[in-house]
Amino acid sequence: MAAGLKEEKVYEREELASGTDGVAQAVRLADVDVFAAYPIRPYTGVMDRLAKFIADGKFDAEYIIADGEHSQFEIGKHASSVGARSFVGSSGTGWLYAMEALATTATDRLPVVALVGNRALDDPGAFGVEHNDAMLVRDLGWLVVWASTAQEALDTTLVAYRVAEDPSVMMPCAVAMDGGYLTHSEHIIKVPTKEAVSRFLPRYSLGRRVMHPDNPVSIAPQINEDWCMEIRRQNWEAAKRAKQVIYQAYREFNSVFGSKYTNPFFDEYMTSDADTVVIGMGTVSSAAKVAVSRLREKGEKVGFIKLRWFRPFPTEELRKTLSAAKRVTVIDRDFAHGGPDDGGVLYNEVRAALYDSANRPKVVDFIAGLGGREISIEDVTKMVELTSSSTMDEKIHWIGLREGTKGAAVENRRQ
Amino acid sequence: MSESNEGGKEFGNAKLYTSVHGIDLEEFYSSGHRTCQGCESALVMRDFIKAAGPRTVVTGATGCMYVANTSYMTTPWVVPWMHTQLGAGGASAVGMAAGLRALMRKGKIRDEKINVINFSGDLGGGDMGLGGISGALNSDYDLLVIIYDNESAANTDIQATNLTPYGAQTTFSPTGSARRIMHTKWKKNVAAMMAVGHPNCRYVATACATWPPMDYMNKVKKALSSGGPTLIHTLDPCPKGWDYHPRYSGELGQLAIKTGIFPLYEIVRGEVRYTYDARKQKRTPVREYIEKQGRFTHFIEEDFELVQARVDEMWNDWEIPGVAPVKGILKLAD
Repeated sequence: MAAGLKEEKVYEREELASGTDGVAQAVRLADVDVFAAYPIRPYTGVMDRLAKFIADGKFDAEYIIADGEHSQFEIGKHASSVGARSFVGSSGTGWLYAMEALATTATDRLPVVALVGNRALDDPGAFGVEHNDAMLVRDLGWLVVWASTAQEALDTTLVAYRVAEDPSVMMPCAVAMDGGYLTHSEHIIKVPTKEAVSRFLPRYSLGRRVMHPDNPVSIAPQINEDWCMEIRRQNWEAAKRAKQVIYQAYREFNSVFGSKYTNPFFDEYMTSDADTVVIGMGTVSSAAKVAVSRLREKGEKVGFIKLRWFRPFPTEELRKTLSAAKRVTVIDRDFAHGGPDDGGVLYNEVRAALYDSANRPKVVDFIAGLGGREISIEDVTKMVELTSSSTMDEKIHWIGLREGTKGAAVENRRQ
Repeated sequence: MSESNEGGKEFGNAKLYTSVHGIDLEEFYSSGHRTCQGCESALVMRDFIKAAGPRTVVTGATGCMYVANTSYMTTPWVVPWMHTQLGAGGASAVGMAAGLRALMRKGKIRDEKINVINFSGDLGGGDMGLGGISGALNSDYDLLVIIYDNESAANTDIQATNLTPYGAQTTFSPTGSARRIMHTKWKKNVAAMMAVGHPNCRYVATACATWPPMDYMNKVKKALSSGGPTLIHTLDPCPKGWDYHPRYSGELGQLAIKTGIFPLYEIVRGEVRYTYDARKQKRTPVREYIEKQGRFTHFIEEDFELVQARVDEMWNDWEIPGVAPVKGILKLAD
């Protein structure tokens, strides 16, 4: 906000809100035209809230209760194809049930925004958070961003539409949040005014690709080997452009709402002179920040990075920050069985980013908090300690694992 | 053929065709496709969009009418057309209809009647997409789903679907020295299943693009003027999948109806009207239909008799002959 202007009202009120409430407010404020719902914990709260908005006349949109996640996400995709701003969401195996629609929404370059309330994949059933559901779209042409507070969920959803619908991007965006820890926990948020949101977020236009009788186009015909590579390349370039659009979108967001997103891609906490930098995504940031500040009090040079945007991945930015450290502690709330060095997904992404760096810090991986198990302050403290003490043969640690259930023990029991 | 024009000259807001001379010459499904000679599914495409006219948006589920129709830069579609996934036919129509309704209500686009049509094949519509089409038919959107049924997965090399008729040879159900009949399932009764189970559905019809003349196009017009979700199930003779010379497509369609193996009717708000009444007409023996197709060359006498008995049961014993087998399948316990 320019100084000297009469104070402009950009927030209409404060309210107690969960992460899903934050997203619901953003969907309402973004004047979404179509949203489709299907129940699965823990993302569903957003649809409950939106349905109530409709029932109370606070929101004007077409609301469809779908017959399954595949239909739900296809509805969102095809609504987007006629030029309607659309919203969908899911969790865990529901997200996977929609996977075909997720893939084609991306390859059709339709800027749908979806909430993924991270949940462990069945089987056996578990409601709690794991990041594998959202990560399954990481290579498909989705933008993927993690929110870690309800306010950030609201803000990020608005930014998601702004970036996804940018004519130079035109990619769908998944707003991810930790199931339970954020979907179901509340804090006070500031709800923007509709006027302020409409200043930030332009109308959605699909341009020459819109499905309308005035614009007789054929979308997604068979291409085979003739054009597939060129189309993949276009999408690859759009993903690269998205990085600059994300910077621009946050600058605009800060200017309209007076927010302070200095680095859109990740937040840094006490990293400037840190020897050990902890990196993680989502609500683990709460425990990590407390652990870091306690270690700082003891004189240990530790910092924390909360990674927000996972796709596009902020390679250069992370390389710059992390290569200044001696050690990197990666918290993976995911698994990647049989992957390089048997590490988690984020671990290998971080290592790949650091490979071209002149100074390659030691990177140690901590698989933790799967299925919603808590990652405590003590857990993070232990991770920092283990990062220092681990040899190169001990790069992967499981934290918070019940004693006696490691592989060997399971093998023994089978005798 | 008086039965075929039973609906009269108008149906709701729709003006029906009463003569082939009254059918517009302009094509909205034009050159550029590479469907087979004698392809009846291509005729289903051409005729539905002719009847619907240019203020229409179309999605086509994966199937032969995707792969054979729309190669990049040679599209035959003069109206907006978009591919949708094999099982997403119903959802694609709901998404477009919902989007258009919201945009019109909010004044973001001009308020007008835009037809929303999806076509899905027997694999997409009758099997994988059945749940999504069910969802669409239970919605309150104006939309039409056409299940174009050529009785096999005709694009992927003729594999059996649940709409493939009893006994037919396909690449998934070849005849062999140990098993003469591999495909022992009976064709799903898709149209009636959808009509019975969806209180919101305004119009359901079965059709054949070639016969009786204008019947299919008029059914498209009726569906689009019904003001709600609607379904048409077409039977499309397929020279490649059914193994016959392309010149016989029209004749086989006609025989399917005249033998009674493919009942022809429409259901308007729950009321069933035959558009060819195989109860009253003397039904042609099914043998005449079956033996013209290479996919049944392995049939022996007992197979013809079995199929004939089923067709006779459908017309003689069903609660609503040819449509709803309530008596044959369900009955009240004593």
